[in-house]
Amino acid sequence: MSRVFRWVYLGLIYAFLYVPIAVLVVYSFNSSKYSTNWQGFTLKWYGQLVSDSPLREAFVNSLVIAFASSVCATILGTLAAFAFYRYRFVGRKVLYTFIYIVMMSPDIVMGISLLMFFVTLGLATGALTLLIAHITFCLPFVVVTVYSRISGLDRSIIDVAKDLGANEMQVFRHVVMPLLMPAIIAGWLLSFTLSLDDVVVSFFTTGPSFDILPLRIYSMVRLGIKPEINALSTVMFALSLVTVTVAHLVTKEKT
Amino acid sequence: MNRGVFRFISVGSTVSWIVLFVVIPYLFVVLFSTVSYEGLISGVIDLSLDGFREICSSVFLEVCISSFSLALGATVLTLLVAYPYAYILTRLPEAVKRVMLLLMIIPFWTSSLVRTYALIILLKANGIVNSVLLYAGLIDEPLSMLYTQWSVFAGLVYTLLPFMVLPIYSSLQKLDWRLVEAARDLGATPFSVFARVVLPLTMPGLIAGSTMVFLPALGLFYIPDLLGGARSMLIGNYIKNQFLVAGNWSAGSAASVVLTLLMCLCIYGYFLSARKARTESMGGMP
Amino acid sequence: MERQPIVSLKEVTKRFDDVVAVDSLSLDIYQGEFLTLLGPSGCGKTTVLRLIAGFETLTSGEIYMNGARLNGTPPNKRNVNTVFQSYALFPHMNVFDNIAFGLRMKKCEEGLVRRQVGEALEIVKMSGLENRMPHQLSGGQQQRVAMARAIVNKPQVLLLDEPLSALDYRLRQEMEIELKRIHRQLGITFVFVTHDQEEAISMSDRIAVMNRGAIEQVGTPIEIYEEPENMFVARFVGEINVFDGVVREVNNGGATVEIQGRLFPVQNRKNLGPGRAVKVLLRPEDIQVAIEGEWTEGEPYLAGSVEEVIYKGKTVDLVVRLDNKESINVTQFFNEDQENVIYREGQRVHVNWLYGWEVVLPS
Repeated sequence: MSRVFRWVYLGLIYAFLYVPIAVLVVYSFNSSKYSTNWQGFTLKWYGQLVSDSPLREAFVNSLVIAFASSVCATILGTLAAFAFYRYRFVGRKVLYTFIYIVMMSPDIVMGISLLMFFVTLGLATGALTLLIAHITFCLPFVVVTVYSRISGLDRSIIDVAKDLGANEMQVFRHVVMPLLMPAIIAGWLLSFTLSLDDVVVSFFTTGPSFDILPLRIYSMVRLGIKPEINALSTVMFALSLVTVTVAHLVTKEKT
Repeated sequence: MNRGVFRFISVGSTVSWIVLFVVIPYLFVVLFSTVSYEGLISGVIDLSLDGFREICSSVFLEVCISSFSLALGATVLTLLVAYPYAYILTRLPEAVKRVMLLLMIIPFWTSSLVRTYALIILLKANGIVNSVLLYAGLIDEPLSMLYTQWSVFAGLVYTLLPFMVLPIYSSLQKLDWRLVEAARDLGATPFSVFARVVLPLTMPGLIAGSTMVFLPALGLFYIPDLLGGARSMLIGNYIKNQFLVAGNWSAGSAASVVLTLLMCLCIYGYFLSARKARTESMGGMP
Repeated sequence: MERQPIVSLKEVTKRFDDVVAVDSLSLDIYQGEFLTLLGPSGCGKTTVLRLIAGFETLTSGEIYMNGARLNGTPPNKRNVNTVFQSYALFPHMNVFDNIAFGLRMKKCEEGLVRRQVGEALEIVKMSGLENRMPHQLSGGQQQRVAMARAIVNKPQVLLLDEPLSALDYRLRQEMEIELKRIHRQLGITFVFVTHDQEEAISMSDRIAVMNRGAIEQVGTPIEIYEEPENMFVARFVGEINVFDGVVREVNNGGATVEIQGRLFPVQNRKNLGPGRAVKVLLRPEDIQVAIEGEWTEGEPYLAGSVEEVIYKGKTVDLVVRLDNKESINVTQFFNEDQENVIYREGQRVHVNWLYGWEVVLPS
């Protein structure tokens, strides 16, 4: 493959990835409401965004759910990965396979099954049910991320720590945890993003009392194109850019 | 804290979470697919296979076929885009590689809805693509690109690309390039080097990537919904409608069971072929 | 040496599923000695070490330390420390924190930690490298840190699991001397596991040769090398030539053995009776070779011809093909008197040995 061809190919891929986003960003500052033409710089769409209180509320809700569910999933998932690594228990393999299947299985089935479960229990769908659902679909990702790191650890490191007088809890806190930190952060970040991004599971597991951003955007987009969505998308893109950069720096420093 | 207590907590919390919020809810789906919905409402447990009978209709079959062909098409397209990309990437210097990979991943930290929406803006009749093409004189009137099979494909590729790129990239990265040199040295043409050495050795990554694109492509309902208009009914939409529009839980559950079984079949096939590929690549070249 | 066992294994058995790793093994380890568990890989020597450390639980049997039963005690409550084959330094801690780990787990006061880590670093000659991270150290340095991390806790017994196997040849020899020095300096008991017989012989006070989960022989390096009790020990420790023979005559303390039709006088430590089939074992360096012209009348010998001559610098090694087609290995040290002796391939030779240098085992 010639050099030129390579760079053209790479260029096309990145154009495919970034042009749509760039267009969004540019349009979010375009004062024209419908036209594709540039009609002057404006910040009014951002202003409308701020004054749109249901949207603001959905945004806050999304952040809260994403934060809470990713933290819970990370704690649970890290413990689980540690347990898979450290202990032999009945059904260990089955459980691990199961977690893999949950990770790969369609969101819609998870959404539906949780919906039925909550309805049958008589739980009204809302913040709590959404939180449970998000923890559930984030959990396998954390387990797999952390487990792949932990299984690369030299087992005798744990033996050494015990040999030097550490008890089970101290082994986890002083040895395993710090070594796993990059993977734990990666797992947490992945959960946070997945939670913020999820449409399908949330669609079934939240109720009208608790609106979240992706669902709000979904319904807005279905109704047609609005310049506020451009502004909102730009904000979200900027946010994720910041998150990725911070994460990149943090994980780099730790290793 | 002693070993026993810590072990109990770490194993117990995982097991109970999975059982409570994955296994039991799924058993509900299986239950509802075999129990008459009307009966259940009035408090009577009435075993019936109405749900399955319902989905044996030609409507559901059509839905299945179009979902499968869409997912399959998206997988093939993603593969065709991702493989050359990953291949080019592995041949770049380490520092460039890292930047390129980061650039590939960044968009995927953004909401997929936002990216789908961006595609709408780009592809719509008076969108950028049409404007550019009109301006360049390549077309005389706007092409209708949105709400076609192709816009759905574009959306799926856009959303699922890294799931294909990363496994392929990591298996290419693990490839011992001296094997390529050895093959060249033994007189293989570039094409046969690729077909007989590179491709078989990166098969595990390729299979993993394809599975990770195919499965979500089957279930994602909002991308075809937004980019394909309302014209294509897919499994995802079907299940959603049975629950939320038709109120037919039996049929919806039955369809979910069918979808899950298909998924399990895919995952099982993936495990088998991944294992086969792994043993083959370890057992030397045929 | 005070003959008071510090660690006592009594009929210790460890089974992993269907595999018996350690089979009813008994062994006393004494205060202050350097004991080596020597054996081929998979013989159970590392399992014995892990049982003493507490990483594995016994299937049956007892382990005592200072007379107290140790069976259920977890590793963090035993006064023993281990140096691992892979060193297993904590990659996220610097040298100081690695060594301080055990003391901090015991909640030692930080001033004491500082002082004791300093001392340990001095013992392993690593002072000044406190702030290095493990990946910035060479293999030999990592080894020293792993040692320091174990000895800083002042264990009564230090367990070493093939600690030298990851080092290259020269570094290994250097570390052998270092280990001996540290052992002398600390005066604590070392239990050392290795599959390398040279390492075992040059370092140990006593060696326990293990095979298939059991101990074949326990003894000083000289006993193990010079008086192996069975064929396994004889073959595993050093090179050895084996001649089949039959006891023909027994006299006080000695015997006459017929080998390949010739009669050789041997020592009869095991009191083997006439007619008994035996194996006569000889180390290559214990065999004498005489070329034509040096043959002495009246001494028994086996005749053969030189097949290969391998010059080794300090020694010359010969492969001699005896007339019955068996081949034997012989090591000749250069000797001032024999300076001119240069062996040729194809040369006719007689081989024999001095009375008492052989080992006779029943077949």
